[in-house]
Amino acid sequence: MAVLVYLESEDNKFKKTAYEALSYGKALADKMNVKVSGVVFNCTDSDSLKKYGADKIITINDTDFEEFSSKKYSHALSQVIKSENSSDVILSSSANSKFIGAHLSGIMDTSFVSNVIDLPESINPFVVKRTCFTNKAFSSTEMISDLRIIGVSSNSFGLIENMNDASVETFNVEKVESNQRILKIEKETGSVTIADADVVVSAGRGLKGPENWEMIETLADTLGAATACSKPVSDMGWRPHSEHVGQTGKPVSSNLYIAIGISGAIQHLAGINSSKVKVVINNDPEAPFFKAADYGVVGDAFEVVPALIEKLKAR
Amino acid sequence: MNILVCISNVPDTTSKINFVENDSKFDSNGVQYIINPNDEFGLTKAVWMKESNGANVTVLTVGELSAETILRKCLAIGADKAIRIDCEASDAYSVAKEIEAHCQTINYDLIICGRESIDYNGGLVPGLLAGFLDYNFVTNCVSLEINNTKATCAREISGGTEISECEIPLVIGSQKGLVEESDLIIPNMRGIMMARQKPLEVIQAKNINAKIKDKKFHKPEAKSEVKLVKPDELDKLIDYLENEAKVI
Repeated sequence: MAVLVYLESEDNKFKKTAYEALSYGKALADKMNVKVSGVVFNCTDSDSLKKYGADKIITINDTDFEEFSSKKYSHALSQVIKSENSSDVILSSSANSKFIGAHLSGIMDTSFVSNVIDLPESINPFVVKRTCFTNKAFSSTEMISDLRIIGVSSNSFGLIENMNDASVETFNVEKVESNQRILKIEKETGSVTIADADVVVSAGRGLKGPENWEMIETLADTLGAATACSKPVSDMGWRPHSEHVGQTGKPVSSNLYIAIGISGAIQHLAGINSSKVKVVINNDPEAPFFKAADYGVVGDAFEVVPALIEKLKAR
Repeated sequence: MNILVCISNVPDTTSKINFVENDSKFDSNGVQYIINPNDEFGLTKAVWMKESNGANVTVLTVGELSAETILRKCLAIGADKAIRIDCEASDAYSVAKEIEAHCQTINYDLIICGRESIDYNGGLVPGLLAGFLDYNFVTNCVSLEINNTKATCAREISGGTEISECEIPLVIGSQKGLVEESDLIIPNMRGIMMARQKPLEVIQAKNINAKIKDKKFHKPEAKSEVKLVKPDELDKLIDYLENEAKVI
């Protein structure tokens, strides 16, 4: 038995979620009294992983993995799993990691539990806690298979430093053919993405129109935050779908979620439930969001937000 | 072209979530079931492909008799044929295995599943199917075009979109963007009447063992009261966030 962590990187840097997945993997390995290894594709920053407790770092350096392919990555991981005799594979909850998690499970004929928020309650039987019903509830879920694939929810476990002088090994992958190829990637430049953000600033219909989003963007910039919106706002085309947060949109598990002019429909609250601290700014004291929030300001967003920006900038 | 759309029967988004039998089972009492929203975006896309290139659209669900209501709705929306694999949908693995067994008997060029269901949010069925069947796979799919045997797909990625192409057969995980919310088809009387004449086949399940089991459900703990700050005392809010919550 051993724990294996997939360490996602971009532009030769590991994502914060990769360090979180490794922190989780290390804690799980300790609980099971086994070793933890990390798998790295084409990233030379392996030294930074030692801080989070890896016993071994397995690097795959091959131009075949320069562009993301769920199939190629999953097949490569399946080879490492077999060679390492891994019992548990840990992934983050990023878009690509979830993509791989499901695909890899199919290739390995096993199951994947995503949205896991804590270490297993017990190892035998293996019971993990995950969110379900879009964060309206939690489930203690038993995993019944020899190979368990676990997706850790962002910001749920946190980063735990645990210096360990990991050994580094290169792994040669037996290639698989794929007729799938990426034609292009369109990135919104300069903005923080909802999935990677520690702070999310979100706004709703209370803003009255897309032309009023400038102050939301300024507030987000001031806090280094991502911007998001409610469902009606994306349905009306004021903001792109990728910003829609809620049950049928994106889930948010940031440390701080600021909702401006969002009443707090049950579907919206479901999507943001796993955010740690919620702040609501709304002129309607009866808005349901006040029941879900930690801090609230009853006031006109058009006065409160600019004042808040000014005070934050003056800090 | 043969399209299979996999449909999950899920509680309406406004449902109160409660549990029974010592918190081990979802309380479906009084709950209205709907087509999983992510599946419905995919179904609409499939119906469009049928209208534009004459594709053949089959909808499938793994579930008990009660799931037939939403299958009829799918037929009214425009699917040609419905299949119910007769068993309780216990986990993603067993559901995907049941679908795989069916896909061994009929060749589908395109399999559409919602990127995740809104009840268990596993996001697993499309990936499992792609892995089991060795089909190409694109999840979080926000656009799809198929010309002859070549598919061009857009996938939502962190902070952008990735456009890729591949050969069919293909599995996609559908979501909003593949079609817009306003594009969703509301069945009309003619569609509903026609749906009654369309075939709904019930297939015996293989009864695959589940790989995961929900032992116990918990609801989030009740929140403490919100701390209100007056609009002219925003320094207090910043102080709370900095020193109490420690999030900025």
